[in-house]
Amino acid sequence: MNPVVGVAAFAAVTLATAVIGFYGLRISRTTGDFYVASRTVRPWWNASAIGGEYLSAASFLGVAGLILLSGTDALWYPVGYTAGYLMLLLFVAAPLRRSGAYTIPDFTEARLESRAVRRVTSLVVVMVGWLYIVPQLHGAALAIRITTGLPAWVGQVAVIAVVCVTVMAGGMRSITFVQAFQYWLKLTALAVPLLFLLLVLAGTGTPAVAEAPVNPTGLPPAGPYQNISLLVALLFGTLGLPHVLVRFYTNPDGQSARRTTLIVLGLLSVFYLFPTAYGLIGRVFAPGAAGAGQADALVLLLPGRMIGGLAGDLLSALVVAGAFAAFLSTTSGLVVSLAGVISQDILGGSVRGFRLAALFSAVVPLGIAATTDSTALAGSVGLVFAFTASTICPVLLLGIWWRGLTDAGAIAGMLTGALACGGSMLAGAVLGAAGTPSWLAQPAAWTVPAAFAVMVLVSRATRDRVPRSITRLMTRLHTPERPLVTER
Amino acid sequence: MPDSPLVSAAAVAVIALAIAVVIAVGLKVLRSFRDLGTDAERATYKTLHAASRAGQHLRTGLNPAGAGKASRQLRGLLGCDGFAITDTTGVLAWDGAAEELRPVLMEVAAAVLAGGHTAVIPAGELRAPGGRSPAGSPGAGYAAVIAPIRVGSGVAGVVAAFAPEAGSGLVRATGEVADWVATQVELAELDASRTLLMEAEVRALRAQISPHFIYNSLNAIASFINTDPVRARELVVEFADFTRYSFRRHGDFTTLAEELRCIDRYLLLERARFGERVQVSLRIAPEVLSTVIPFLSLQPLVENAVRHGLEAKEGPGHISITANDSGAFAEVTIEDDGVGMDPEQLRSVLAGHSGGDHVGLHNVDARLRQVYGEDNGLVIETAPGEGTLITLRVPKSQPRHDA
Repeated sequence: MNPVVGVAAFAAVTLATAVIGFYGLRISRTTGDFYVASRTVRPWWNASAIGGEYLSAASFLGVAGLILLSGTDALWYPVGYTAGYLMLLLFVAAPLRRSGAYTIPDFTEARLESRAVRRVTSLVVVMVGWLYIVPQLHGAALAIRITTGLPAWVGQVAVIAVVCVTVMAGGMRSITFVQAFQYWLKLTALAVPLLFLLLVLAGTGTPAVAEAPVNPTGLPPAGPYQNISLLVALLFGTLGLPHVLVRFYTNPDGQSARRTTLIVLGLLSVFYLFPTAYGLIGRVFAPGAAGAGQADALVLLLPGRMIGGLAGDLLSALVVAGAFAAFLSTTSGLVVSLAGVISQDILGGSVRGFRLAALFSAVVPLGIAATTDSTALAGSVGLVFAFTASTICPVLLLGIWWRGLTDAGAIAGMLTGALACGGSMLAGAVLGAAGTPSWLAQPAAWTVPAAFAVMVLVSRATRDRVPRSITRLMTRLHTPERPLVTER
Repeated sequence: MPDSPLVSAAAVAVIALAIAVVIAVGLKVLRSFRDLGTDAERATYKTLHAASRAGQHLRTGLNPAGAGKASRQLRGLLGCDGFAITDTTGVLAWDGAAEELRPVLMEVAAAVLAGGHTAVIPAGELRAPGGRSPAGSPGAGYAAVIAPIRVGSGVAGVVAAFAPEAGSGLVRATGEVADWVATQVELAELDASRTLLMEAEVRALRAQISPHFIYNSLNAIASFINTDPVRARELVVEFADFTRYSFRRHGDFTTLAEELRCIDRYLLLERARFGERVQVSLRIAPEVLSTVIPFLSLQPLVENAVRHGLEAKEGPGHISITANDSGAFAEVTIEDDGVGMDPEQLRSVLAGHSGGDHVGLHNVDARLRQVYGEDNGLVIETAPGEGTLITLRVPKSQPRHDA
C-alpha cells in the first residue's frame, strides 16, 4: 500500500478533529439566538456522540478480523456490543441521569454515602479505562505498520500525543460534536468502500459461499459455554463503561436519556452490518489474510487488495481515516473521563489538576501498550467488558434497583469481581492460549454471578449499614422529574 | 485471545495492586506496633481512642446505626458484659451479653427516664420473661446500672451496663459515660441546627431581584406604550415571565439552561432602556446546559455587568457570557468591557463590609461558598477602567441538589 495514504489519512482526521474541537463553539451568537444557545444537546446528536465514542478499534477492525478467523461464532461480538445498550436502556440510562451524578464514583458515593466505596470504584474505573485504551493503541500500531510501514510505536505515540494535546488544550470543549462527527466518519469510512467492493464483486462473478474455505486458521469452534460467557460479558459490561456513562449527563433528563439510548441502538445496529460484511467478504475472497497474523487489518487491506489502483488507494485512505477516528475518539473519550475521576479524587478538581491527570491517564496505557503486543483486538476488548461486568455493573444495577445494597457489600462484591476476573486474565496469560481452559479464557459467566452474589450476601449481613436517606434517593432515581422547560 | 497483551497488562496491574495493598497494610500494622509507651500511656490512649471512635458514631444523634457502633466501643471502655443504649421509646442498640433482658429494659428504665437519676439494680432482680424459677430465668445473673442521658433540661435516653456485680466503680463510670454520650448527642443537635442555619442562610441569601431594575423596566415600558404599543405589550409579557421565574417558591437550585433563559429576558428588558448600547455575545457548550446551579446565581452577575460596566460609561458596551465543559466542573464566565472596579473596594464588598451597589456579587459569592465549599466562590478579575471578568466553577455532579 502506498505509505503516503496512511499518513495523509491520519493527518486529515487529526486536523478535522482539532478544528471541530476548537472552533465548534467559536460562533459568537448575539442575544437574538439565546434560545438556540440554551438548547440542550438533542438526543440525535448525543446518540451519535455516544456511538462515536463507543465504536473503538475492536469494532472497526477487530470484528471483521474475528469473523475472518472464526466465522459465525464471532458474530456474537457485534450482537453483544449492540445488545448491551438494550440493558443500558432498560435498567440504567434514565435512573442514572436522574441521580444527577456525573461519574460512576459520584454515583456510588451518593448512593451508598461512603468515601471508601468511592475510592474503590474510582480505582476500578481507572483500571477499566487503562485496559480499554491499550487495545486502541494496539490497533493504532497495527494500522500504522500495515499502511505506512513505519515502526509500530509511531502509531501509538501519535495517537496519545494527539489526544493529550487536544484534551489538555481544551480542544474537547465541543466534545459532543467531535464525537458525533467521528461516528459518521467511521460509518462512511466503512460503507463507501464496501459499496465499491460489492460493485467490483458483482462485476467479477461471485463464487458460491459454500465453496469458500470453512476455517482458514483451524481454530477450534467455540462451545456454548464460551458463547454464553462472552454474551454475559458484553451485555453487562456495556453498563459500566465510564466514557459511555459520562455522556448521559449531557441529556437534560431521564426521558431524553432513554431516547438517546434507543437511537444509539439503531446507530450501532447499522454500523455493525459493515464490519460483518467485510469479515464475510474476507473469508470468501481473501482467506490468505488470516494466515499472516494480520486478521485485524483485514478491513484496511481489503479495498487495496480487491480494487487496487488509484481508486483502491483512495478507498484505503478513507478506511484508514475511519480507523484512526476510532482510535482517537475512544481514547480521547476515555482519557477525558479518567482525567475527571483522577483529578477529582486525587488532585482536588482544579483545572491544572485535570490537565495533569489527563497526561497521566494517557501515558500509563501507552507504557503498557508499548511493552505488549496484540493478537485479537475484539477479544482483548471482550475481556475488558468481562472485567467491567464483574465489577462496576453489579454496583450500578443493585445500586439502582435494590434498596438493600450497603457500602460493605458493594466493596466486597467489586473486589471479588476484580480479583476473580483479573485472576482469570492473569492465569490465561500464564497458561497461554492453548493451555487455558475455557472457563478461564471467558470468565464472565461465573465471575459476574459471583460478584452479584457476594454483593447481595454481604449487604444482607450488614443490613444496618443501609443509608438512611435511601428512600429519598430511590424516589429521585425512579420518579420522572419535573418537565424541564427547554423551549418556549 | 487469552494470551493477548491485555492479559499481561492486567497481570502487571493486578500484581502492582497486590504489592501496593500489602505494603500499605504492612506500614499500617508496623506503625501501630511501634513505640507503645508505658502501661498508663497505653491505657489513656485506649480510653481516648475508644471514646473518639464512639464519638464519631454518635455524631449523627441517637439512632440505631450510630448507637450500635458506639456501644461496641463503650462496652470495651466500661469493661462490662453487656451494654445498651436507649432513647425515650425503645432500645437502640445492645452489645455483648444479657441481651435476653432486652424486653424488660424499657420498663426498668422508665423510672430513670422520668426521674433523671441513675438506678442500680442488683443481680437477680432483673428477669426476662419465660423462665421457670426466679433464679433460673434468663438474665437473672446480671446486675444493671442504668444512667440517664441528660440533654438540655430533659432526658434523651439511658445507657445501661450489665455485669455480674454492680460495684461503685461501674456505677460511677456508667454515669460518666452517660454524661459523655449526652455531650455527643448535644453536639449532634448542634450539627443539625448548624445545617438548618446554613439552609436558612441560603434561603435568606436567595437573591432578590433588585428594586432598581423593576423601577427602570416599568419606566422603560411606559415610554413605549404610546409610541410602540406592540413592543410595550411584548415587554410586559417578558417582564411577567421574568418575575414569575425570579419569584418562584420551590427549590434553591435550577439548571444553567433555565438561568440563561432568565438572563435573556432580563437583557431584553435592559435593551428596552439602553437600546443598542448593550451588546451581548454568548458561547455556551451544550454539554453543561443541564448542570445544576444555585437559583438566580448568574442573573445578578449579568446585572452587575450591565450596571457597573455599561451604565457608568459612554458608548456601547459589550458583555460576553461563556459556559464551558471543564472536566468534572462547568465553568461560566461573564465579561464586560466597562469601567471596572477597584480591587480593594471589591474585596471589602465580597467580605460583606460595604453593602451598597455590589450587594448582588456578595450575595452570589456567599451562596456559592455556602453550597460548594470555600474554594468555589466567585473569581473576579478587574481593575479601574479595565472591565471585569467574573468566573464561576460549579461541580457537575450534585446528586443532593434537585433542579
